[in-house]
Amino acid sequence: MSLKNDLDNLKQKGLAQIQEVDSTKVLNDIRVSLLGKKGPITNVLRGMKDLSAEERPKVGAFANEVRDTLTEAIEAKKDELQAQVLNKKLQEETIDVTLPGRPVSVGTSHVLSQVMDNIEELFIGMGYQVVDGPEVEEDHYNFEMMNMPKDHPARDMQDTFYITQNVLMRTHTSPVQARTLEKHDFSKGPLKMISPGRVYRRDTDDATHSHQFHQIEGLVVDKHITMADLKGTLEVLARHFFGEDREIRLRPSYFPFTEPSVEVDVSCFNCNGEGCAVCKHTGWIEVLGAGMVHPNVIKNAGVDPEVYGGFAFGLGPDRFAMLKYGIDDIRQFYLNDIRFLHQFKVED
Amino acid sequence: MKISYQWLQDYIKLTEDPDVLADKVSRTGIEVAGVDYPSRGLKKIVVGHINQVEPHPDSDHLHICQVDVGEAEAYQIVCGAPNVAAGQDVIVALPNSRIADNVKIKKSKMRGVVSQGMICALQEIGFSDSVVPKDYANGIYVFTEPVTVGEPVFKYLGMDDAILDFDITPNRADTLGMHGTAWEVGAMYNEKPQFKKPVVTESQTPARDLLKVTVENKAKVPAYYLRVVENIKIKPSPMWLQIRLWHAGVRPINNVVDITNYIMLTYGQPLHAFDYDKLGPKQIVVRNAKADEPLTTLDGVERTLTTEDLVITDGVAPLGFAGVMGGLDSEITDTTKTVVLESALFNGTSIRKTAQRHNLRTDASTRFEKGIDNASIQEALEAAASLLTELADAQVAKGILVGNDYVAEDTVVAIKVSRINHVLGTTLSTDTITDIFERLGFGVKLETDDQLMVSVPPRRWDISIQADLIEEVARMYGYDNLPSTLPVVAMNPGKFNPQQQFIRRAKQMMQASGLSEVISYGLTTETKATQFLMTQNDVLTKLDWPMTVDHAYLRLNLISGLLNDVAYNIARNQTDLAIYEQGRAFTKTEAAIRPDEREYLAGAVTGLVKQANWLQTKQAADFYYLKGIVDQFLTAHNYTGAVTYVPNEKRPEMHPGRTADIYVGTQFVGFIGQVHPAIAKAYDINETYVFQLDLTTLLTLTSERLISQSAPKYPAVTRDIALLLEKDVSNEQVVTIIQRRGGQYLQNIQLFDVYQGKNIKLGHKSLAYSLTFQNSEATLTEDAINEQMAKIVDHLKAEVHAEIR
Ligand SMILES: [Zn+2]
Repeated sequence: MSLKNDLDNLKQKGLAQIQEVDSTKVLNDIRVSLLGKKGPITNVLRGMKDLSAEERPKVGAFANEVRDTLTEAIEAKKDELQAQVLNKKLQEETIDVTLPGRPVSVGTSHVLSQVMDNIEELFIGMGYQVVDGPEVEEDHYNFEMMNMPKDHPARDMQDTFYITQNVLMRTHTSPVQARTLEKHDFSKGPLKMISPGRVYRRDTDDATHSHQFHQIEGLVVDKHITMADLKGTLEVLARHFFGEDREIRLRPSYFPFTEPSVEVDVSCFNCNGEGCAVCKHTGWIEVLGAGMVHPNVIKNAGVDPEVYGGFAFGLGPDRFAMLKYGIDDIRQFYLNDIRFLHQFKVED
Repeated sequence: MKISYQWLQDYIKLTEDPDVLADKVSRTGIEVAGVDYPSRGLKKIVVGHINQVEPHPDSDHLHICQVDVGEAEAYQIVCGAPNVAAGQDVIVALPNSRIADNVKIKKSKMRGVVSQGMICALQEIGFSDSVVPKDYANGIYVFTEPVTVGEPVFKYLGMDDAILDFDITPNRADTLGMHGTAWEVGAMYNEKPQFKKPVVTESQTPARDLLKVTVENKAKVPAYYLRVVENIKIKPSPMWLQIRLWHAGVRPINNVVDITNYIMLTYGQPLHAFDYDKLGPKQIVVRNAKADEPLTTLDGVERTLTTEDLVITDGVAPLGFAGVMGGLDSEITDTTKTVVLESALFNGTSIRKTAQRHNLRTDASTRFEKGIDNASIQEALEAAASLLTELADAQVAKGILVGNDYVAEDTVVAIKVSRINHVLGTTLSTDTITDIFERLGFGVKLETDDQLMVSVPPRRWDISIQADLIEEVARMYGYDNLPSTLPVVAMNPGKFNPQQQFIRRAKQMMQASGLSEVISYGLTTETKATQFLMTQNDVLTKLDWPMTVDHAYLRLNLISGLLNDVAYNIARNQTDLAIYEQGRAFTKTEAAIRPDEREYLAGAVTGLVKQANWLQTKQAADFYYLKGIVDQFLTAHNYTGAVTYVPNEKRPEMHPGRTADIYVGTQFVGFIGQVHPAIAKAYDINETYVFQLDLTTLLTLTSERLISQSAPKYPAVTRDIALLLEKDVSNEQVVTIIQRRGGQYLQNIQLFDVYQGKNIKLGHKSLAYSLTFQNSEATLTEDAINEQMAKIVDHLKAEVHAEIR
């Protein structure tokens, strides 16, 4: 059994040697010296011819086992040494991750665009069309179709920039609705639209007035549209824009193009209705005007008001933005101070 | 209109707290802008009786008054008012009292004399200058009716009232009178208002013997009634009347004027009183004014009339504007003895035009413009006449003089209960709806359980169609009680149209390229509107009547707005800017009235586009920076035509050597370049690069249909080539030759170096290109590429005299 003892000694000695190695080169030398053709194991195996036929396979099997054990130990050691080398290299590569990154310049969308995109996307999701129309309008569409014939006192509510007697800068985006309603084919379904865009009024620019501002008006016309539908739709809008917890309330008002007409208040998002400076201590903030489309508006567009009816609403993205972000001067939107604009980085 | 809570109680029983009432009115009908409690915040202000007045020894205008304020000892109060006198009952602010504007009054010494408080003017306890009777405008107020010394003054001056400020929309002029307001508030509380019918006691003198009346323009004067009232004693009105006026914001003048105002506030019916003795011929003729006829109105302004103005005359000269303002010549004065009272209905549009033309908006004109209660025109006249007998000891001549008679009728509107519910989305019963109409004072006749005939009295002239009645139901039922639903309709997909999508993507690409969006004004100056034109044929549009020269013309370009923004920022030390705007340019052809509105996209960069930091050196904006952005945007659309940049030295606002017109195929789509230094100077800005693209045109261009190619299996081969060229050979020329001679496998030409200067012949430059060849079917052979390169080189030599370096 001396061969077996030799092998066992070889194994113990070899494992001890491998354990102590600290470089891949030395490890390779050990591999060659232990497992190579001139190494001790080969020697042992050569000596097997002197063994009995009975012992030979047992010793052979043991010798293979010893070789495998040593090979494994060498491989494991090799991995360990390589990992050490890599770790050292990585350590040397360490950088100051707190140094600033390479700047990427991305532009911002104007805050008014953000507000309008936000609202447009909401209504697109509810199956509305977004319809654009001319900023230079005919008196006919801007006023007459909207139930404000010449000499109507309500025209004074919307001081107007005229270009000729019959051509003007639109004072609201309602004329887009008039144009769309006039063309709409109800056999293809209801009319559900919003019309966003620039509008103009004869106002002197100050903190709360601008001769140019924006509007989004909405219109839904079909056979069974109710004022409850208006209320529900405005609730969706208010919660989408001002927060999930918002409530709305409607108050009677007057617009020539709707009847009934309402002003819409949203519960104050600043104080949750408790009362604060933002809501002038009422808990409510007036955000938009709305109502059921006046039968004359339906009729003026060539649609039968006995059969069709609907609701309309109009909101000011400028006002929405001012409320949401606490902007106190409407002129900020059009002066385009880059420091002002860059605040509004993320559209949400 | 300012509504007195106490006055309202003449007509309806109210116990509601005025603030709660105000909120309810706001939620149900008319916005209440605020509630004013005149005595709120005031303290220790009592009635005093002046026993004695002596001049102050050390002052030429102060008086030392001994004032009984209901205590054992009289108070000594120093007073500077010129009208102070012994025997007066006055307003006394006691020591430690609080008067208007939260001012505290203390016991003090005035020029050495102890003063225990202050004798007050009305303004000092919170009255507006505009309502204080003229007699007391510049001095203390003196009570004219019995008061109890030592009592708080508030009840004597009506200051224990609450005043609600009704912010009336144009359709609710019915609440411009207390009767209408009482109907409105009564309906909310289910209280039917009670009104007293005026009773006139007439004298034996027939009015028609005193005065003749003619209305010439009956179309514009549907109703015209006069009464003649004789033997008038002009004097101040009693306290109760003065109080009602000043709460409404009207200054008490004398009994006659006050009564006309009071009746107007009560009925919403403007009245006018003429001094009968100042009429030339004893007649009233209502007619259109003659051109350039003069009239001096009550405010002392001399006006020149037009034939559109409706006037009241004595047959000779105008006595006043109909329904707007009376004339100075027939004004009621202290010596007036006989009065002609007028109650009429004038055409609202005519009144509005006159008021506008002469810039003269009055309480009367507002009411005629917005609509009065046609059913109470005569009653208002009777009420005024009756009050004149009571308060001016007058006799009312017998009979009403009628210039034009008018019978007001209810408006009957047929409406179905089911219709109301259909529009509101409710399930209200016939009873509920009938009750609402009846509370509003409308008559309801049930034709069937569903079909109602609603009679609307003339005071609610705003109601004439079903929608108007539906609004009444909605607001009285309460908007809070309406259900909340979403429309149930056939569903069509909601989506942006191609133009909207294109514009949204364009904006996103600009932002991704580092440009920030701005929104400038569409209206600008003539100069700025006409700069940076796409084509010189664009015609300008001007506002008919601009407010300022800064916003008088519709812009034909977007760049001038961007440069305004650049200037604004540079003035605030923000010198590194990269901005864009997407908006409309109002281009027009000569013949058109309305401009086309073309969607433009424009950008501007100035200053640094990269700041120096620890990783990179700073980089200034230049032509190629902006061109990179524009080119990326244009080529991304994969247009059928190639995107080319053609030098244009003729754009007047642009640098002649650094400007290119941009084409897609043969279509001009915009331009890019450096702003001309002279223009930059005019804007007060630094070196700035701009571009402007016509998106409306771009949208009409066709794009190659994209068919996916699989990633190449065989390697590409790259060859570099450096050329020495004469200076004015352009990159485009070289690229065109390479493209044309590069063969079918040439995939990409990359310019990687441009050099000029040292080691280069004078008047020459070096351009170096990297050419990539690829065959998707097989690996390219060296020989094949060499052959192709040789061909390219030959042509470069021949066509642009290139030397290979
Ligand atoms: Zn609040």
